[in-house]
Amino acid sequence: MSSNFSNPTLAVVADRENDACWSCGDMRAAQFCKSCGKVQPARPADFFAFFGLPKKLNLDVAKLEREFYLLSRKLHPDVYAQAREEEREWSLEQSSRLNDAYRTLKDPIKRTQYLLHLEGIELEEQSKNATEKARATGEIKKQVVPPELLEEVFELNMQLEEARMNKKAGENDASLVTEIQKQKQNLEIKLEELSSELSGYWNDWDAALDADSETARIQARDKMVDLLNRRNYIRNLVRDVNEVLES
Amino acid sequence: MADREIIIGIDLGTTNSLVAFMSGDAPAVIPGEDGVNLVPSVVALDEKNQIIVGNAARKYLIETPDRAVYSIKRLMGRGVDDVQEELKLFPFQLADDLQPGEVVRIRLGEKTFTPPEISAFILRQLKRNAERFFGAPVTKAVITVPAYFNDAQRQATKDAGRIAGLDVLRLVNEPTAASLAYGLDKKENGIVAVYDLGGGTFDVSILKLHDGIFEVIATNGDTHLGGDDIDNLLIRIALDDIRGDLGLDVSRNGEAVATIRKAVIEAKIALSSQESIKLDIDLPGDKRYRREITREQFEQLIQPIIDRTVGPCKQALKDAGLKPEQIDEVVLVGGSTRIPKVRALVKDLFQREPHIDLNPDEVVALGAAVQANILSGGSTATENMLLLDVTPLSLGIEVAGGVTDKIILRNSTIPASASQHYTTQVDGQTNVAIHVLQGERELAKDCRSLARFDLKGIPPMAAGMPRIEVKFLIDANGILQVSAREQRSGKQAEIEVQPSYGLTDEQVEGMILDSFDNAEEDFRQRQVIEAGNEADTILAALEKGKKSPAWGELTTEEKKTIARLEKMLVEVKTGNDYQAIRKSIDELNQATIRLAELMMDSAVTTALKGQNMDESNADEGPTAPHPMAKAEFK
Repeated sequence: MSSNFSNPTLAVVADRENDACWSCGDMRAAQFCKSCGKVQPARPADFFAFFGLPKKLNLDVAKLEREFYLLSRKLHPDVYAQAREEEREWSLEQSSRLNDAYRTLKDPIKRTQYLLHLEGIELEEQSKNATEKARATGEIKKQVVPPELLEEVFELNMQLEEARMNKKAGENDASLVTEIQKQKQNLEIKLEELSSELSGYWNDWDAALDADSETARIQARDKMVDLLNRRNYIRNLVRDVNEVLES
Repeated sequence: MADREIIIGIDLGTTNSLVAFMSGDAPAVIPGEDGVNLVPSVVALDEKNQIIVGNAARKYLIETPDRAVYSIKRLMGRGVDDVQEELKLFPFQLADDLQPGEVVRIRLGEKTFTPPEISAFILRQLKRNAERFFGAPVTKAVITVPAYFNDAQRQATKDAGRIAGLDVLRLVNEPTAASLAYGLDKKENGIVAVYDLGGGTFDVSILKLHDGIFEVIATNGDTHLGGDDIDNLLIRIALDDIRGDLGLDVSRNGEAVATIRKAVIEAKIALSSQESIKLDIDLPGDKRYRREITREQFEQLIQPIIDRTVGPCKQALKDAGLKPEQIDEVVLVGGSTRIPKVRALVKDLFQREPHIDLNPDEVVALGAAVQANILSGGSTATENMLLLDVTPLSLGIEVAGGVTDKIILRNSTIPASASQHYTTQVDGQTNVAIHVLQGERELAKDCRSLARFDLKGIPPMAAGMPRIEVKFLIDANGILQVSAREQRSGKQAEIEVQPSYGLTDEQVEGMILDSFDNAEEDFRQRQVIEAGNEADTILAALEKGKKSPAWGELTTEEKKTIARLEKMLVEVKTGNDYQAIRKSIDELNQATIRLAELMMDSAVTTALKGQNMDESNADEGPTAPHPMAKAEFK
């Protein structure tokens, strides 16, 4: 491990106006020079802007992959292994940014969450970490139980608790396990339903952007927030179930 | 090769190490002085406290086990407190004065060395082999590491390179390197799984090949699983047998254990091609251990060990979001994949006949050479080739309640980064402590502690006001870099790095100097030996000269001078001053120029008389003009 004090981003903010390539003076593309191909210092940009994309949620993933490969060939540290220190720094910065952006945008859920984050919205802390954290600190965690699932969830939690007790006592209740597995299947179906529901909101969002309608945009946004919170809740349940079934 | 500086590719293995380079369009392994490609990763300290590496060091494992070490890779990047398991299985002798939290030091005779230093001895040997091969200095290298190596293990490997005088341009994951070697001549698109079971580590990587881009999708493994474990199992069985059948406990007899180890390794290797093998080992007290092992028994014994590779393979597939039938090719790497049972297991797992076209012992080094070539600017063979690797383990930060908050997930393409924001809890607070972890577990105590950082020099503000952005970046070597900035004041925060397991920069610097000092000493010793050899040659030639007719033609004065200088050389030759020996050789050379000329003349005269050299002078032959080497008349 090493510490790294230099921060190329800072230096660049100052000459943001300057669009010339540092090496050949020609026009630079966002990350590399279109003329001589050299890596350029990073500029602050969100992941969509990094790929030159609008903040829309419907996205051609195959095209994104092609773009990712193309940019990797331009920006990867391997290409600058023998270059001077500064260029190696820029390449490291740019390629890490590229990888972070690609990883986020290629995944439908991460992409949606990231867009909502750009909109200033942080989702309810439904992560496993939040659960553990709450358990450890004794705080009460916010729960967003999808209303239509309230009953099922209640029952499943009881079953899981029973299964955990059985395990501790070294007992095995085959019918209980079958029951839990059936519940898990239901939850997985629910997750798939939510995914297709989500792509519907993507269309709403993208259309709102095209129509430049603030109201429609906020509507779509809030629906997605609600949906992702429900989805997170179910995913955590599935994780709990897997934990009980696997060990 | 143009005038570009040579970059070598090194496979620093648990059992064997190799060095390779790109020879035209194909990578090639550089053999050692003994003509052998594999350099055993064994380091010994001989009676004169000289470091011996490789094949020459192996005999010390048996003769003086307290002065030799093998499988040092197992201890790379580890602290005193987390090597206890290894100590039960391996005859590592730790230094007596180790403090908790300190980097382990291994005792060889009276000296102690850290694992990076011992690895550096191996690297230096490989560097020398390459330098001998090229006839030029080599200072840059790509070194391979197990894909599942954590930050500390990677850093320790990089340190070893630095100590050995190598600028390590890149650490490449072993299975990925292997795929580069395979991909070079295949150039096909598709999904490849690499199963790499070596001497001490196991890795599995799943890659997507796309027009020269080698994109790792998922990797998994176990950094303490390999052929060593099979050896240890067989040793334990033998020791139990000996105790039971012969009533002899040799488990504390280093020499006996080393002998048993050698025998069971040979048996293991033989069982890959034979159906059964007979062990026959001489033991202290004129006793003998004999046992026959069939392949079937062997396979039963090792089943639990090789079964441990199944979990990581399944996890990698799951992480990649792939089913076994979606894998197009399976590649086998590492000596342990020679075991038929391992091959059967892989075939079963991936439902595909695995590739074994390339030597599993060499393929990683060959791949390292390919990557070295890419880094040096590439060639027609490597044009368009680009490796996109991933981090094998999630990176996390300890948060309230001792919980790990994961900020970079495993299997993220590297370089990868994440920013975290921190603030203060008390008015005027100027420090914030951060604990960085690596691993998949939820609780900090179950993850690997990487380092503790102290953000210092935060401008005093009301609690909660400072906004400190800490940026964590995993570079292309899989090593973490950290930078921090207080966003309100724009002030760059100071970071004090305290690696949990590892050497500080100062320590590494000190070790480099040490090895330079040793290099100086090594150089001096070599010079003394070489000068001594030269002196012997000229003295022998002079003896012959004295018997030739030409000797009679010298003046008394000339003979006197030669005798004086000869006596002087004989004396000075016994000392350690190679410069004095050289000076003395030169003087004697000068004094014998006329003798040599006279000998030449008489040789030519004799030849002109039509006499056959062989008849006239038996095996002596004429002496060359100067220095007194044999002349060639053909």
